Amino acid sequence: MVVFDKPKSLADISMHYCPGCTHGIVHRLVAEVIDELGIEGRTIGIAPVGCSVMAYNYFNCDMIEAAHGRAPAVATGVKRANPDEHIVFTYQGDGDLASIGMAETVHSAARNENITIIFINNAIYGMTGGQMAPTSLPGQVTQTSPYGRDVNACGYPVRVCEMLATLDGPEYLERVIVNSVKAVRNANKAIKKAFQNQIDKKGFSLVEVLSTCPTNWGMTPKDALKWVDEKMIPYYPLGVYKDRSAKENK
Amino acid sequence: MKTTKYLFSGFGGQGILFSGKFLAYKGLTEDKNVSWLPSYGPEMRGGTASCSVIISDESIGSPIIDKTDVLVAMNLPSLDKFEGTVKAGGTIILDSTLIERKVERTDVNVIYLPATRLASENNCPTLANMIIVGKLLKVTGEYDDATIDATLKKVISAKHADMLDVNKKAMEIGANYGD
Amino acid sequence: MANKVLMKGNEAIAEAAIKAGCMHYFGYPITPQTEIAAYMAKRMPKIGGTFLQAESEIAAINMVYGVSAAGYRVMTSSSSPGISLKSEGISYLAGADLPAVIINVQRGGPGLGGIQPSQSDYFQATKGGGHGDFHLIVLAPGSVQEMASLTVKGFELADKYRMPAMILADGTMGQMMEPVELDFDVAPAPEKPWATNGTKMQRKHNIVNSLSLIPEELEKFNFKRFERYKLVEENEAMYEEYKTEDADILVTAYGIASRVTKNAVDEARKKGIKVGLIRPITVWPFPKKPFEKMAEKVKHIVCVELSMGQMIEDVKLAVSCKVPVTLCNRAGGMIPSTEQILAEIEKYAKGE
Repeated sequence: MVVFDKPKSLADISMHYCPGCTHGIVHRLVAEVIDELGIEGRTIGIAPVGCSVMAYNYFNCDMIEAAHGRAPAVATGVKRANPDEHIVFTYQGDGDLASIGMAETVHSAARNENITIIFINNAIYGMTGGQMAPTSLPGQVTQTSPYGRDVNACGYPVRVCEMLATLDGPEYLERVIVNSVKAVRNANKAIKKAFQNQIDKKGFSLVEVLSTCPTNWGMTPKDALKWVDEKMIPYYPLGVYKDRSAKENK
Repeated sequence: MKTTKYLFSGFGGQGILFSGKFLAYKGLTEDKNVSWLPSYGPEMRGGTASCSVIISDESIGSPIIDKTDVLVAMNLPSLDKFEGTVKAGGTIILDSTLIERKVERTDVNVIYLPATRLASENNCPTLANMIIVGKLLKVTGEYDDATIDATLKKVISAKHADMLDVNKKAMEIGANYGD
Repeated sequence: MANKVLMKGNEAIAEAAIKAGCMHYFGYPITPQTEIAAYMAKRMPKIGGTFLQAESEIAAINMVYGVSAAGYRVMTSSSSPGISLKSEGISYLAGADLPAVIINVQRGGPGLGGIQPSQSDYFQATKGGGHGDFHLIVLAPGSVQEMASLTVKGFELADKYRMPAMILADGTMGQMMEPVELDFDVAPAPEKPWATNGTKMQRKHNIVNSLSLIPEELEKFNFKRFERYKLVEENEAMYEEYKTEDADILVTAYGIASRVTKNAVDEARKKGIKVGLIRPITVWPFPKKPFEKMAEKVKHIVCVELSMGQMIEDVKLAVSCKVPVTLCNRAGGMIPSTEQILAEIEKYAKGE
């Protein structure tokens, strides 16, 4: 009996991610969900600019590489081209989604665009070597905040789920973690719901995953997992921020 | 081979663009070459509006008019601005209800038509523009019932079919004024 | 003339796009092209197509990127400042070899500039506009009829060569009405086996991408793309010649400038001046051949533009500087008068 197998939707090549980075886990979860829902043949994924820029190599479904921050706009185009057939997801980091692409994020949510967004929040720019992100914590040391993020000079972090929850548009917003087996199971459930919502034509579904970046945080993978619990969750509380259908059914 | 260049001008809201459109469609109905070019931008919102219409037996070069054959002016700023553009021997038709001064040029034909007063007296206060068009066609010898009817059907959508008769009436008022 | 209707240039573009099988349009309001968006907003819902007013020109061009990647004909439109915003996306379309049609109804610049007609985006349209080595097919309509027919042509060429095509119009062309005939024989879109429209579990997955981190490979992609551009240059240059046969003075202009110039040529001919006009219809590829030919025959070339002199550089290159080429221009939203152009022609006819 096979107890652990590679999802069909995940390409059989080694990924470029650093040791201890949780991108790999989230890639696997997305692929599992695509398999479970049997939608690989109609799914089109949109890769961002950031560490997951080469995500287009890692999935076996059709993939598009977008300009920095524009994945939700590209997804809108792909979805509208054939709304009944296409299942469209974007996979974006915090710089892509919450800094340069904020307008695309907010407006695709406001339109309740029937797409799925997987949002990796690791509080730092990874690919360019560890600069301050819109989600870097107050006081967090990065290459471009070497004395710690000074909120008086560069403002406060953006809480994406909370912000989008103020809009009437989006269907489903949840923040999860992947730093324990239990947490990974829960993240799988959230991601599955975010895809199922799209199949059911319920609309804009975003799952924010608090992730690690041991390399640029300057920590061991184990310490990084702990840092998520100790530092990130207090600023970015986990949970469901919006679930319109569940609320309506009550 | 004949080319006539018309310039319609006045306030935004006086139906300047529509008058020009009517004339352009009339040209199209008669199988002529036509062009219609509006002024556009903020001046349309309550300020001056104008449009250039060229009707020609030949293909039309520039849609922009340097020298005007027929100028329609429905307010004073328009007359001030465009009086000098009319060709010697050309025609100026102005709304004498709204423009108190006389045309200074002595080398053009001038028709003073109290279009706004006629429009309100005849219960069609929004159609001073078409009263002027009626007169314009009369003086250029192009007033033809069949063509006018066919043209009106093209410029007035089926949704506003009730406007056909009143437009025609306004044109008749203009055509017959002063006869 | 029975099938002709009077239409604004902007509306003619919109209807022609629909006739060309474009069922998806994304835009953002900006004068003087907004009639295109308004027309699409009315028509698309009735034919089961997409009209979407995007949150920005940037979003709109990226929606175009998505639809094109999925294999469908798609269009966006804007005017000069908005095209600058789209430039990033246009570079990505070129880099991912995606066809699309982009309309630029030019207005005066730089910066916010004005809203009156201009031709000052010629460099932006023909020399790249975005970053990287690439070209767009750039079609420059000279009438409302061409606003329509070149839009159709734009879709066909974009699909044929897998590259974006731009209609380089101006405020006058967008706003003016002329009779237009909208019956076109449209070449159907070719098969697009590269499209990311779902594998249906019947093929290997497709990737639409412009990223290539290995320089040797990226260089190869660029060389290959430019082989295609060469074919476009060889096969697709379009122009109109007007009274050039016996001309010893040549005037050249595109779009609205060519219309005024035609009047000036007619006036000059009445005065016995042997002057002709070359009107480029494609400005990329630039129609070099007729200029090469005329360079042997004429003593002077006048380039008429609504800019500070942009196309004139291509004209000089085309004639290898064998003949003097001078500029006759207005800028910032102004249009040269027939008299201005005529005076310029007369000046060189007298041999000044």
